[in-house]
Amino acid sequence: MSADTQTTTTKASAQPPTREDNDAEAIVVDGFSKIYGSQRVVDHLSFSVHRGEIFALLGPNGAGKTTTVETLEGYRAPDEGHVRVLGCDPIREGGALEARIGVMLQQDGLYPALTAREVLRLFAGYFARAQPVDELLARVGLSAAAKTRCRRLSGGQKRRLALAVALIGNPALVFMDEPTAGMDPQARLTTWEIIRDLKSRGVTILLTTHLMDEAERLADRVAIIDHGRLLALDTPAQLTGTQTANIVRFVAPAGLDCAQLAALASAQKAEEIRPGSYLIESEQIAALLAELTAWLRDQNITLSELRVGNGSLEDLFLRLTGTEVRD
Amino acid sequence: MATETLKTDLTPNKAASLARQIAVQTRYELLLTLRRGENILITLIVPVLLLIFFTSLNIVPAVNGGAINFLLPGILALAIMAAGMVNLGIATAYERYYGVLKRLGSSPLPRSGLISAKVISILILEVVQVILLIGVAILFYHWQAAGSLWLTMLALALGTVAFAALGLAMAGALRAEVTLAGANALFLLFVLLGGGILPLNHLPAPLAAAAQLLPAAALTQLLQAGMTTGATFPTFALIVLIVWAVAALLVAMRTFQWE
Repeated sequence: MSADTQTTTTKASAQPPTREDNDAEAIVVDGFSKIYGSQRVVDHLSFSVHRGEIFALLGPNGAGKTTTVETLEGYRAPDEGHVRVLGCDPIREGGALEARIGVMLQQDGLYPALTAREVLRLFAGYFARAQPVDELLARVGLSAAAKTRCRRLSGGQKRRLALAVALIGNPALVFMDEPTAGMDPQARLTTWEIIRDLKSRGVTILLTTHLMDEAERLADRVAIIDHGRLLALDTPAQLTGTQTANIVRFVAPAGLDCAQLAALASAQKAEEIRPGSYLIESEQIAALLAELTAWLRDQNITLSELRVGNGSLEDLFLRLTGTEVRD
Repeated sequence: MATETLKTDLTPNKAASLARQIAVQTRYELLLTLRRGENILITLIVPVLLLIFFTSLNIVPAVNGGAINFLLPGILALAIMAAGMVNLGIATAYERYYGVLKRLGSSPLPRSGLISAKVISILILEVVQVILLIGVAILFYHWQAAGSLWLTMLALALGTVAFAALGLAMAGALRAEVTLAGANALFLLFVLLGGGILPLNHLPAPLAAAAQLLPAAALTQLLQAGMTTGATFPTFALIVLIVWAVAALLVAMRTFQWE
């Protein structure tokens, strides 16, 4: 199914996309900055989301993910640069845009006194065409909770209802801010399945997450951001591929001397990427392994895990954004 | 969980007509009002109980031969305060607290649609209040309509604007818990200083003078004048209520936040 079927404007048919209104892209973020007081929460951020792709914004807490998404949803105005969503300005053309997007905020925003079904019926009433409420409830696994008031739903159930609310109006583009936060593993898998299903039908999805496996397994492309700046943007395979260069990872007690590890004859670089998790780069893996195990024997240190090869997105993420804990 | 896929319809969706959105929202605003037990208590039950209780006491002045003629306008004023300030203020504050207002901000429902639905649902609630209170007055106390319908309607409309705006201003400026406590405390204050139950001339003079400047006393006096034949036109009360309505609206518009 072609994503082009979504565009009804005549200029989408044959003309090459213009710089100003690029209909090939679902989202354009161009030199976008957001400044609160003296702090640049988002700093000259630029990226595009293609129609029909799943795009993940990955970053630690406070990286600027939510600020970016909420600007695209029309909640705030850029201080610098500009953003376009489905060819529209999210604030000035918000009225037309709001009927074409689905939004899942970090806070579920459900009326505590309404039942799950009532919340969906209410939101269905805002759209010219809406999904059938009971089918949507079934899809997110809430059929049994249809008559439960929202205040009695579990955190994961509320999240799934918020997902259903985002999908009620047949959106062409869905924003999801940490969609699986608070879900149990089954609900998380179902949510991933729903997101892939949306993609297979031509829907564009922009999600934020700080879960590596979510970004790695779900997204077509991942943008890693921190301190409001874009650090990396590519497919998960490319992102982790750039890190494949001969890496040995092992897990051992925290606080080993990385200087000594780096001093091993075949080692080029060693670091403790998080407490107890070490990473050594080398051109000669076989030799390094012999040297490493000998060193560990001499130090009387026991390994709990040893892996050779590809760095994960998590490794890349920690190396790009640092290991200090954020609030 | 079910595995069937959802229907897909990729032609760009549109918002429902504004009239339909307002109709849906109003229906749910009323449903939410009904579901809040404490709301029903303070908007419907408390005014009726106050009316019955104080009519049965011999401490309120009789106007045109009956305590009911004195009490009904004051209790109607309290009902308006409960519907606007207490009910709307607290409900809106908690909708903000739970992120409902923010979520509505990116839905196709425009802000004007939400506010229209809230206004309509309050007007419907007030119609129920007026029918209930006047019904009780007629059935139990043989109350008979008197005075000016137009002045009474003007007073009800102006009072609705003033107290609904006061509730929204509190919801915008204060945290949800503070709005909850504050709106109830103000309601109690207005019961005592509104002049609808305790005549203001029974209060110490400085307190009575201060109470004259409150919107509760102004609305009560407007309704008392409107529902009594041959009353002098309450110019001062009208000015006081208009000032409060405009000020509360301005504060509500300045402080109101969707997040």
